[in-house]
Amino acid sequence: MSALGWAGGITQPVLIVAGSPVLVGMMRQVRARLEGRAGPGIAQPWRDLRKLFGKEAITPRGTSEVFRFAPLVQVATVGVVAVVAPFITAASALGAVADLFAVVALLALGTVALALAGLDTATAFGGMGASREMTIIALVEPTLLVAIFALSVRVGSTNLTDIVSATLRDPARMVSPVSLLAAVALVVVVVAETGRLPVDNPSTHLELTMVHEAMVLEYAGPDLALVELAAAMRLSVFLGLLANLFVPWGIATTATPLAVLVGILALAVKVGLLGAALAAGEVFLAKLRLFRVPELLAGSFLLALLAVAASFFLA
Amino acid sequence: MNLTGVGLGAAVVIGVCTALLGLVLPSRARPAAVGVGTALTGAAGVLAGAAALAGRSFTVALPGVLPLSGVEFALDALGGLFVAVTGAVAVAASVFAIGYARSHGLGARGVQVVFPLFVLAMLLVPAAASVGTLLVCWELMALTSLLLVLAEHRQRREVAAAGRWYAVMTHLGFLAILTGLLLFAAHATDDSFTALRQAAQQLPPGVGGAVFVATLIGFGSKAGVVPLHAWLPRAHPEAPSHVSALMSAAMVNLGVYGIIRVGFDLLGFSMLGAGARWWWLLVLGLGAVSAVYGILQAAMSTDLKRLLGYSTTENMGLVLVGLGAAGLFASLGQPVLAGLALGAALLHVLNHAAFKSLLFLAAGSVLHATGTRDLDALGGLRTAMPVTTGLFGLGALGASALPPGTAFVSEWLLLQALIHGLPSAGGASTLTGTGTSTAMAIAMPVAVAAIALSAGLAVATFVKAFGVGFLAKPRSAQAERAHESPPSMLAGMGLAAIACIALALLPTTVLPALSSAVAAAGTAAVGSHPAEAGLITLRLAGVAGVLSPLSLAVALLLGALLTAGLARAVTARRQRGGALGPGGGRRVARLWDCGGGPLSARMEYTATSFAEPLQRVFDDVVAPETDVDVDHHVESRYLVRAVEYRRRVPDRIERRLYQPILDGVAWWGRVGRGVASGSVHRYLGYGFYTVCAALLLLALAR
Repeated sequence: MSALGWAGGITQPVLIVAGSPVLVGMMRQVRARLEGRAGPGIAQPWRDLRKLFGKEAITPRGTSEVFRFAPLVQVATVGVVAVVAPFITAASALGAVADLFAVVALLALGTVALALAGLDTATAFGGMGASREMTIIALVEPTLLVAIFALSVRVGSTNLTDIVSATLRDPARMVSPVSLLAAVALVVVVVAETGRLPVDNPSTHLELTMVHEAMVLEYAGPDLALVELAAAMRLSVFLGLLANLFVPWGIATTATPLAVLVGILALAVKVGLLGAALAAGEVFLAKLRLFRVPELLAGSFLLALLAVAASFFLA
Repeated sequence: MNLTGVGLGAAVVIGVCTALLGLVLPSRARPAAVGVGTALTGAAGVLAGAAALAGRSFTVALPGVLPLSGVEFALDALGGLFVAVTGAVAVAASVFAIGYARSHGLGARGVQVVFPLFVLAMLLVPAAASVGTLLVCWELMALTSLLLVLAEHRQRREVAAAGRWYAVMTHLGFLAILTGLLLFAAHATDDSFTALRQAAQQLPPGVGGAVFVATLIGFGSKAGVVPLHAWLPRAHPEAPSHVSALMSAAMVNLGVYGIIRVGFDLLGFSMLGAGARWWWLLVLGLGAVSAVYGILQAAMSTDLKRLLGYSTTENMGLVLVGLGAAGLFASLGQPVLAGLALGAALLHVLNHAAFKSLLFLAAGSVLHATGTRDLDALGGLRTAMPVTTGLFGLGALGASALPPGTAFVSEWLLLQALIHGLPSAGGASTLTGTGTSTAMAIAMPVAVAAIALSAGLAVATFVKAFGVGFLAKPRSAQAERAHESPPSMLAGMGLAAIACIALALLPTTVLPALSSAVAAAGTAAVGSHPAEAGLITLRLAGVAGVLSPLSLAVALLLGALLTAGLARAVTARRQRGGALGPGGGRRVARLWDCGGGPLSARMEYTATSFAEPLQRVFDDVVAPETDVDVDHHVESRYLVRAVEYRRRVPDRIERRLYQPILDGVAWWGRVGRGVASGSVHRYLGYGFYTVCAALLLLALAR
């Protein structure tokens, strides 16, 4: 394990935990301004979390350990990804885990934990949210895997650090048709995975439309705080991965404080820009009907498949 | 006689003695004695397999045992792997069977005598070293398993139908294997595998292809590969649960074994030619279709054991994708990748055996406690059956290819093999010719898409099976009355669970065994070392790729603990004002019921409703059948009295492919009925005319 890996393993989770609520706040603020509202300011999610952590912990009647531990599992999965994936430094703290398939599967594990928690509550809302989330993930997972495959097949490795360093060495790689197709597919998938418009509306509590919120309806207090934090971290992690897979500029390749600082700034700027673009895009979008979502995802699956086929045919 | 031979001999002796014990013992002592005896048979099999994997191969020829062909056994590393897997599954299943048989009226003499013989037959199939021996053992395995499938035929009518399907399908498969291997043996000096290997070098390509396809049909139908899977989702659910575990985790593997033995080993020389590339494309295609179709049907299924049966089809499909990729790589002259893909396929066989036996045994435990396998009627088992719930959860995690589960490692390995299939991918060797790259460019995306789709659907399927079946509130009175299973059943599940955990966290421990099995299967075209084993980190040999499932699991655990600690610290600091109740515990509160009073179990999501969105998405593929019956009041047609809504998701391939054949057979039967009027004179007349016709034919043909 190199010094660079250590630096990344320590700074990345800290930055992502601290920064992800700010990112969510920033995105809400962008949306509010574009819609002509004043907005609560970018620190509002942190204030919400602070408030929630101050409330008493509540166990809804009839729920089990699955419900209790699901937020922990979700935070832990995102946390592990935040430690191992190359966000700030090009080396990983735990190289043998920084595999793209492992990372994607870990993030899916967090979703599965929440879906099980939703089913565990035995309410219609919980089951509904879990069922919808699983439908979406059953289509998102394949797209992610295939898109990853398209990216890694040319590098000859699924290790994230290898992919990032290969792109750093050869920036022309990312304007190839393979990368572009994979990028479009990944954007759609990231939107679906993080529960943004047009797949899911993060600010709704209308039972007919909600997906993520329906699963976590029974959470309150510190548990809810963890769920919200995990959701924010997921968003940052996905945007960070998206940014660094295609535009890894600025990532620290040496373990000097300056390089790490540049890495932190680069990540913040890239993720901030992506988040702002996503929020701005959401202003112009309405939520898709639930049964239209699979069409969108099937489209992105096809794009990812085309990317794989292209990577073999253009080789 | 070395350790392998001793193990195999012990398995035979103990197995036969156990069957005899089952015959003579009184019914009270029978299940325990047979269970222990069968477990010992399995343990001896594990010993033999492990010794064979360690390099001590064993050969014995007993020409006097079987007339005409004689019996010949040889256990090499490839067979040893399958013998060891079968033995290990048998140990877990027979320990489980002790408690299960007692409570399910399975103590009858017939079942108890056949059970050890079934295990024995499965242990002998991979050890067979001649066509005659293989066919005898194969048939013995089919017959004993058929009898076991029929064990509960008095309780349910479906059992008989399942038995019929199984009997017909397994014998058609047997016929295909027989045809293929006899065709092969006709070109060799005798029917031993050694002679076949030599004959393969001068085999005409057409014959090689015919042998391969015929055996692929036979072995594929045993492995439950689409479209020959129709028996599997019938027979596996209707068999007693420990038998289901054995069939689903051990018997289907032998289909894979057959394909590897014939395709890679016996036909080894022919498979290398460019002319044989379509074999492996066929295998890969069948695997891809099976994987996606199997898991799709599993996702729609509401019967717990049927769901697991379809999941077996999926996993065997993934194994076949691995085999197809391995054959393709080998025929393209890429030994490293071929070894990697074959190693991944074998590891998946191993992993599948572990988690599927656990899942089927846990399903048996549920059946034991509630008497139903209908997920729509289950739920809420976690309070009454905490151990079973935990173990099923472990198995479901393993089956859904998520880390730190069992199947994740092998699917990762499989994807690694496919990734390096690109020539410029920094791989070990370079490809030549344009035809090769076109075949790869078409096959690889299809394979990847199939693996990816099945992985995604598997997650949804097993969340449904675990979440709906075990969590939430009981949906029926049977589920409410559930109780934990007796210790022997829990012990059987525990053994399978230990195997699951070991394979999930330390897959590196079985890699040396896999390497020797791959080496035994392969000709020179298949590299012998798929991966180098550090103790913790899995590092691929010859190509880049590392994964450490153990560090992943540890990191996850540390992450969860750290989060819990931090959250607790933050909460405690924030709540110093006294918001925390007495004792600092968590307050129990009502569920949100929209202010409408307490929620009943009827308001819960069921398995059907959980899968409904997915079913809608794949509407065109699964083609569900919907019936709506509207009853009107007698007084007025405008008043609706009742609306009845029924929806079934039948197996579409089965309906399209098998139904016409069945209809044709039924038509033939009806036509034939007119000929059989019951008059003895007429029958004598038929006989007379037939003899005359035969004589005429002979006279003309001579």
